[in-house]
Amino acid sequence: MKHLLSVDDLSTDEVEALFATAADMHDVQSREVKKLPALRGRTVVNMFFEDSTRTRSSFEIAGKWLSADVINISAKGSSASKGESLRDTVLTVCAMGVDGLVIRHPASGAALQVSQWVDAGVVNAGDGTHEHPTQALLDAYTLQRRLGSLRDRHVVVVGDLTHSRVFRSNVQCLTKLGARVTVVAPPTLMPSGVGTWSAAAGFETSYDLDAVLPEADAVMMLRVQRERMSGGFFPSAREYTVGYGLTRDRLSRLRPDVPICHPGPMNRGLEIAADAADAAQSVVLQQVSSGLAIRMAVLYHLLAGEGA
Amino acid sequence: MSLVITGASLLGEKTADLYVDDTGLLVDSAPAGAETIDADGLVALPGLVDLHTHLREPGREDAETVLSGSRAAALGGYTAVLAMANTTPVTDTAEAATRVWELGREAGLVHVQPVGAVTRGLAGEELAELGLMHRSRAGVTVFSDDGKCVHDARVMRRALEYVKAFGGVVSQHSQDPTLAGPTACCHEGELSGRLGLPGWPGIAEEVVVARDVMLARHTGSRVHVAHVSTAGSVEVLRWAKAQAERDGTWSVTAEVTPHHLLLTTDLLAGYDPTFKVNPPLRPQEDVEALRAALADGTIDAVATDHAPHARHDKEHAFVDAAFGMLGLETALGVVRTALPGLSWADVARVMSVAPARIARLADQGRPLEPGSPAHVVLVDPDAAVTVDRDASASLSRNNPWHGRTLTSHVVHTVFGGRVTVRDGALA
Repeated sequence: MKHLLSVDDLSTDEVEALFATAADMHDVQSREVKKLPALRGRTVVNMFFEDSTRTRSSFEIAGKWLSADVINISAKGSSASKGESLRDTVLTVCAMGVDGLVIRHPASGAALQVSQWVDAGVVNAGDGTHEHPTQALLDAYTLQRRLGSLRDRHVVVVGDLTHSRVFRSNVQCLTKLGARVTVVAPPTLMPSGVGTWSAAAGFETSYDLDAVLPEADAVMMLRVQRERMSGGFFPSAREYTVGYGLTRDRLSRLRPDVPICHPGPMNRGLEIAADAADAAQSVVLQQVSSGLAIRMAVLYHLLAGEGA
Repeated sequence: MSLVITGASLLGEKTADLYVDDTGLLVDSAPAGAETIDADGLVALPGLVDLHTHLREPGREDAETVLSGSRAAALGGYTAVLAMANTTPVTDTAEAATRVWELGREAGLVHVQPVGAVTRGLAGEELAELGLMHRSRAGVTVFSDDGKCVHDARVMRRALEYVKAFGGVVSQHSQDPTLAGPTACCHEGELSGRLGLPGWPGIAEEVVVARDVMLARHTGSRVHVAHVSTAGSVEVLRWAKAQAERDGTWSVTAEVTPHHLLLTTDLLAGYDPTFKVNPPLRPQEDVEALRAALADGTIDAVATDHAPHARHDKEHAFVDAAFGMLGLETALGVVRTALPGLSWADVARVMSVAPARIARLADQGRPLEPGSPAHVVLVDPDAAVTVDRDASASLSRNNPWHGRTLTSHVVHTVFGGRVTVRDGALA
């Protein structure tokens, strides 16, 4: 594996191999000394062109526990606004002898473009509204640990699909692992052309959360991105919650063994009620610890193997 | 310098010799002591006219200058180009327009006709000095805020009314900014949904085209639709042209770019900013509709929207990269490749005659007969040329045709009797 840009780059076997490594890495988290020598001498740069706390710290800790030298560069404000091209910015950083580049960028496709310019292995840590492959891997890994296998399990993904990179990566990952996926959103928050695209990608769409929820084996709530909501995508927060929120009432109708995911940060009271966020079946915090294990696995496969 | 062009096939039909006297006019007999160009096997067309060129001077001379753009134009077979107004500063005064016109005269390779801005600073609010630009030596007749849409209907109405006084035309960049937002960069459809790119829906063009033809009808004026890109716009234009013909008091004309005749939105799957253009590349069904509309005259002209950019302006994340692609040197080959059944007379119609008529350039787009200015392009119809972006005369390299093989090749270009391109190279 040279880069991790999209879930689509991975075969099912590669996903399973990452999960197996992640399971080993997970065990490290319970050790007293959380350190492996695997990436000693390697340098990983976390280059974040937009704010992120959880993803950046997760990658930082993952790199450090693998003994890599980890440097964080906050490039918010974007190279474009400073006048420098993205290519010049990343070439400059990579000229310092970087082995791995973890990149978060507000523009879709940025990680792919960067991978074409640099020799370092590139991990897409979220590119605009396109993909967030490690989030999808950690979500699927979390659910697999909870449900045993995802084959023929029905996962319902709910929320602002148009602006969600998590959704785009998750449908690929979940279907790759044999899950049945239904995505739910009001029509204004469905990505354009999703009707045709979903058929080819093997997932279903619905505008009616109450109709699909009874069949759910897992529920994945997505954040309503208030900062992108200037376009009148729905009439009011109240109306959104009534139509698409995981409310206390909907929680009461879920089977108690149905895990509830949320990539965070959560808008409590909007897309997810506090009762649901804190419910026994909520796996939100497990997602965070799984994320660390997955990112350790990804960095390990990217940088510790032969030829890395 | 007088000239004899022997054995050319005029518009791909009868073979004849062309004679050019030392004043640059076509004449009916061979002048004494003339230079001879052997045009056996070549097709002769009136020099091409581009309604839509970005020359970047003043302001971005690192991307293109009037001189380098004129060179590219000559190599593409052009003898006139209309230089868009979105320079820095904007071409919105008589002085600015005259300066561009003078730079074109100094370059001397094609007629450079400045386009004036419709509104001051392209801000869409107050009319620019349309009449003064027209009265200047540049004689501006085409006005456009290209790059931006004149979105305010009241301002568009006033512009259409105002230019009637001197036979001007408003060339509209049709893009409703509320439907195609500030970051819109990709045709809105299945691909934009998958790639997570902000969509630029066809309807954002179509509603403006529909509004503007109604405004042109209401004001009894001339409107020109720049770079039409959707089948829906073609439907509106077809209806509007029929109405205009019936009424006889107003008109609507339209142009299509070579790239919208051949390239489709699928090319964006790899996020290559070379293919980022405004309006965006559309799906195949739109491309088919545009080809049909060009062939049947619903779309009047091919215009390049030649948009040179320095390399660093394209080396950003896709959504941040500059819009636009080169087009002057390849336009004829692209049109021939996209529409191999188009007759040479029709090529002349859409790439020379109609653009000259729309821009009211009386000396351009004329029949190749005695009395006409000797603006001539000689084309090898059978050549298959692989495009090399590094061989371009443009200062920029954002060439979407690099590595592609196009049919037909401009061999010689004659501008006002002067050979500007000989054997495929600048003379």
